Amino acid sequence: MLRYTINRILLTIPTLLGVAVLVFFMLRIVPGDIVEVKLRGDGGAVTQETIEMERHRLGLDKPLMVQFKDWMVGVVTFNYGISMWTERPVMEEIAIRLELSLEVAILATLIAILLAIPLGTTAALYRDTWIDYLMRILTIGGISIPSFWFGMLIMLSLLAAFNWLPPITFTPIYVDPVANLTQLIWPAAAVGYRYCAVTARMIRSSLLEVLSEDYIRTARAKGVQEKLVISRHALRNALLPAITVIALEFTFLIGGLVVTEQVFNLNGIGQLFVQSVSRNDFTLIQGMVMLIAAFYVFVNLAVDLLYAVFDPRIRYA
Amino acid sequence: MESRRTTLKKIAGAFALGVSGLSLETMRAEAQSPKKGGTLTYAMSAETPHYDGHGSDTFATIQFSAPFYSTLLKFDLDKYPNVTGDLAQSYTVSPDKLIYTFKLHPNVKFHDGTPCTSADVKATYDRLRNPPQGVVSTRKATFADIASIETPDPLTVVFKLKAVNAAILQHFGSPWNFIYSAKDLEKDPNWPKTHINGTGAFTFVEHIKGSHVAGKRNENYFKKGLPYLDGFKGVFFLQAATMLNALQGGQVQAEFRSISEPEKQRLVQTMGDKIRIQESSWTLNLLVCFNVEKKPFDDVRVRRALVMAIDRWGGSKGLGQISTLRSVGGVLRPGYPLATPEAELVKLPGFSKDIKKSREEAKKLLKEAGQENLKFTLHNRSIAQPYTPAGVFLVDQWRQIGVTVENKQQETAPYLAGLNSGNYDVAVDFSNLFMDDPSLALSKYLSIDRSPDNRSRSKDAELDKLYDASMRELDTKKRQALIQAFEKRLFEQAYQQPLLWWYRMVPTHKSVMGWRMSPSHNLGQDLSDVWLSS
Repeated sequence: MLRYTINRILLTIPTLLGVAVLVFFMLRIVPGDIVEVKLRGDGGAVTQETIEMERHRLGLDKPLMVQFKDWMVGVVTFNYGISMWTERPVMEEIAIRLELSLEVAILATLIAILLAIPLGTTAALYRDTWIDYLMRILTIGGISIPSFWFGMLIMLSLLAAFNWLPPITFTPIYVDPVANLTQLIWPAAAVGYRYCAVTARMIRSSLLEVLSEDYIRTARAKGVQEKLVISRHALRNALLPAITVIALEFTFLIGGLVVTEQVFNLNGIGQLFVQSVSRNDFTLIQGMVMLIAAFYVFVNLAVDLLYAVFDPRIRYA
Repeated sequence: MESRRTTLKKIAGAFALGVSGLSLETMRAEAQSPKKGGTLTYAMSAETPHYDGHGSDTFATIQFSAPFYSTLLKFDLDKYPNVTGDLAQSYTVSPDKLIYTFKLHPNVKFHDGTPCTSADVKATYDRLRNPPQGVVSTRKATFADIASIETPDPLTVVFKLKAVNAAILQHFGSPWNFIYSAKDLEKDPNWPKTHINGTGAFTFVEHIKGSHVAGKRNENYFKKGLPYLDGFKGVFFLQAATMLNALQGGQVQAEFRSISEPEKQRLVQTMGDKIRIQESSWTLNLLVCFNVEKKPFDDVRVRRALVMAIDRWGGSKGLGQISTLRSVGGVLRPGYPLATPEAELVKLPGFSKDIKKSREEAKKLLKEAGQENLKFTLHNRSIAQPYTPAGVFLVDQWRQIGVTVENKQQETAPYLAGLNSGNYDVAVDFSNLFMDDPSLALSKYLSIDRSPDNRSRSKDAELDKLYDASMRELDTKKRQALIQAFEKRLFEQAYQQPLLWWYRMVPTHKSVMGWRMSPSHNLGQDLSDVWLSS
């Protein structure tokens, strides 16, 4: 197991290096120039001489391979450079937003897990009854309704019913937990609903499959209490595919909540991503792609290790 | 309490400005005595990349930094486009209009406690007109007429010009020209990009990237009694819909740039008398721009046909309902004293009110040029307001003379790359002016070797000559005649032409008082006169 874990961790190195190479060259194909956006984007009549001077200052006039070498040296030394837009360290720009994005992702995951497991289990146990139908309607609704639209509904309902909206600026949870949760619980609920729906449906179908397995019949035949059959034998196995879904959704939430963040005016990674892409801020985009790739790699590793915990048959030799 | 005469003067001033949204109710409210205290929270539609006004042309920088800084002069928004002293207590101009002498307010201090003197003004303007290596000044050309800056004593600055410049006072009042401390600039010429140390009404508290900027009252502000607010908080919003929710829910009390007509309707319907909307024509316009280096747009007949097919008067009514576009005008903002009056404007190509006749003529011109089945791509920006409605409108207008157009909207970076490299056929371009003066408004249309902002890539010595003459002409009537000759030549050649001018609507809660509307969103953002009634 330890060897397997070390091997997997070592495998992340070429994976992330591959991402670093790909993102660097793919960005250079995109037409446009951050200096033009910065100095002429709002109608500035700036001379070409000034544009060239600024490009030189930012190192954009260096040969491509020199820029690539600088980037790769930065990647291996964990120095992702400065944002070409704000001229502040990339890691500083990301760190400001990461706390909020992580918290929304964690809250949404908690909401999803806490609701999806009982919902999916109940629906499977009461298959083709009104309970199952109700759960199916709720989950199909969750999958069909885009999170940002559900978020808008939440905001407009709060406005119409209470003439109140959640705070518009972020307060860290360790500074004021109430203010923090008052702001973040709504976007977490908006994305958590979809997340919960996907997970609950996965649990339902997986549990239905497991419940028809021989070992469940054997357990029942041995006279094991139904409660234990479900919780110890069936659910434990049925959760395996759900873990994968939960992990992938969690990683997606770190950088993928672009529109939801806009609806709630959240200063998160998703908004930063869109802004940096629209400005051609190469260094910041590269830094964020590396961050999200790293999240994916490590969350996948964690999922694989969790499989072994949930299913004793799985042993990584 | 203000006298009746003062109030009447304000009303007259407002009408002269074309600020139709200032109702009598607003005037009455403005006549109340300002109260001290409170924190204003308002929406900001963009976040500045840095804090340095000298190297920026974006409203995001002005809105962010203006409350912290002073400028030498500033626009008097009650008497726009006149300028008045800001850091300058008074000024004189020599009879030959070549020497400008400014007397500064005494005892002005930067926020770090150091005194502000003529040396700081000189260092600021030296940086603007002749930036050191590695410093960007987007106003270097603006101050090219300055021959020398002298500081005979700590409170006097003398600017000597090489040549008469009709707009130099307005440029001294430009909101971008923040006065920086010579000491800070000596330390690092790029220091103001990342630090704030001004003499403005507010001192810097914090800037949380992506979230907000906050300031608090400068207790040592040199204008006694100001500012009224204890502080302010400007919150960044990327989505107009989210900003409207926040305005409606009371999380922000104002948005000082502009909203569109449908957004205004929503606020008025939902908030009733709790919201105030101030309106004015706007110093922004969208242009139709032809790349004269590409066939068949090198043919003046094709260009003229295309501008003549556009029903600006009809478009103004329709687009005015769904976008920020509204006013029909030439090269100067409609309503500005030097702008061509409507009676003259309708005689120019593309501005006729008889659109049927105009389109018939356009078809004839296309036939003569052998371009009856013309097809091209319209290079447009991927921003909903007002680029999308403008693009859709143009496609429809040109369809009516048999021209097929694809409206291709692109993100800002590739859009600008296409525009500036000449990699397009016809484009929707834009003009963003901080004031109306023709020295600024007309510069976009100069030959490309003189104006990097001329995206049509045209070269026209006659236009350049007319512009230079208008810059040096101090007689208003003669200057207006030169401007009209410039406009006539430009529109006959149809290199590029304003489509419609934008219309500005600023929503504020009724409790926000003292803020002055103007045709430019870049003016009046220092918040020094703003107060809260409750």
